[in-house]
Amino acid sequence: MGATIKWDEVEQGQELPAAEYQVQRLNLVMYAGASGDFNPIHWNERYAKSVGLPDVIAHGMYTMAQGGRYVTDWAGDPAAVVDYGVRFSSMVVVPDDDKGATISVSGIIEEKLPDKRVVVVLTARSGDSRVLSKARAVVQLA
Amino acid sequence: MALNRDFIGRAYSSPTPYEVSRLKIKEFAAAIGDANPIYRDAEAAKAAGHPDVVAPPTFPIVFALAGAGEGLNDPEFGLDWSMVVHGEQRFTYDRPIYAGDRLLCTSTISEIRSVGRNEFITVRGDVTTVDGDPVCTSFNVIVERGGAK
Repeated sequence: MGATIKWDEVEQGQELPAAEYQVQRLNLVMYAGASGDFNPIHWNERYAKSVGLPDVIAHGMYTMAQGGRYVTDWAGDPAAVVDYGVRFSSMVVVPDDDKGATISVSGIIEEKLPDKRVVVVLTARSGDSRVLSKARAVVQLA
Repeated sequence: MALNRDFIGRAYSSPTPYEVSRLKIKEFAAAIGDANPIYRDAEAAKAAGHPDVVAPPTFPIVFALAGAGEGLNDPEFGLDWSMVVHGEQRFTYDRPIYAGDRLLCTSTISEIRSVGRNEFITVRGDVTTVDGDPVCTSFNVIVERGGAK
């Protein structure tokens, strides 16, 4: 149990490898079922447009989950994340086509904490928008 | 209409424990597109030093708001759900969540503030085992657009 990344081997200011995650309508339908959030703005284009949205949008928690996946993949252990928070600053619009939307995530080690912990600050974008802000994870490294 | 400030500090507890299952974790991991075997395969999780499959970091959203629904849906509170968006979310973890855990959540409406025409409601969810050991804390900020006018 534990992260595969060693605290001694990372530096403040270090950039983590960027990653891209696709999101299609099917993912949102699956996420609605798994999370229990059946708000129709996440799967019904007719409803989404009727309340003034450009199209179906992803659950904020789906986008937050992609940031979480980014951090756990880097750290090497899901249990290494001890604190994870985000602000939902813009929506991820998911068109009904074969490609869907792309969420691009990057991260930087903002601070090295005592007890072999680090603060990772994430940037998540979709199209021209920054979809998460104040996205920050505290990770227990080896 | 502004939200009823009398609700600040009110706490709501889940009536029954939430039982974390391997299947629900697998379903959640599939939904977020994460193929990590530690979420799907108990043997892989044990090989990595865990007692059973581990839940992804955002998994507590599945149950952490369940208790608060009673308060947020109370007509006396005055929340118009059709105007609600998720503003912020944070989890702090005392320990990982594993399949087989039986968890309780107490949700507290901890803050309501007006920013411009919007109402910001913070719901704190304290998640423990049925024995009272702390597991994680959820901080959920929902925004009622236009609610402060």
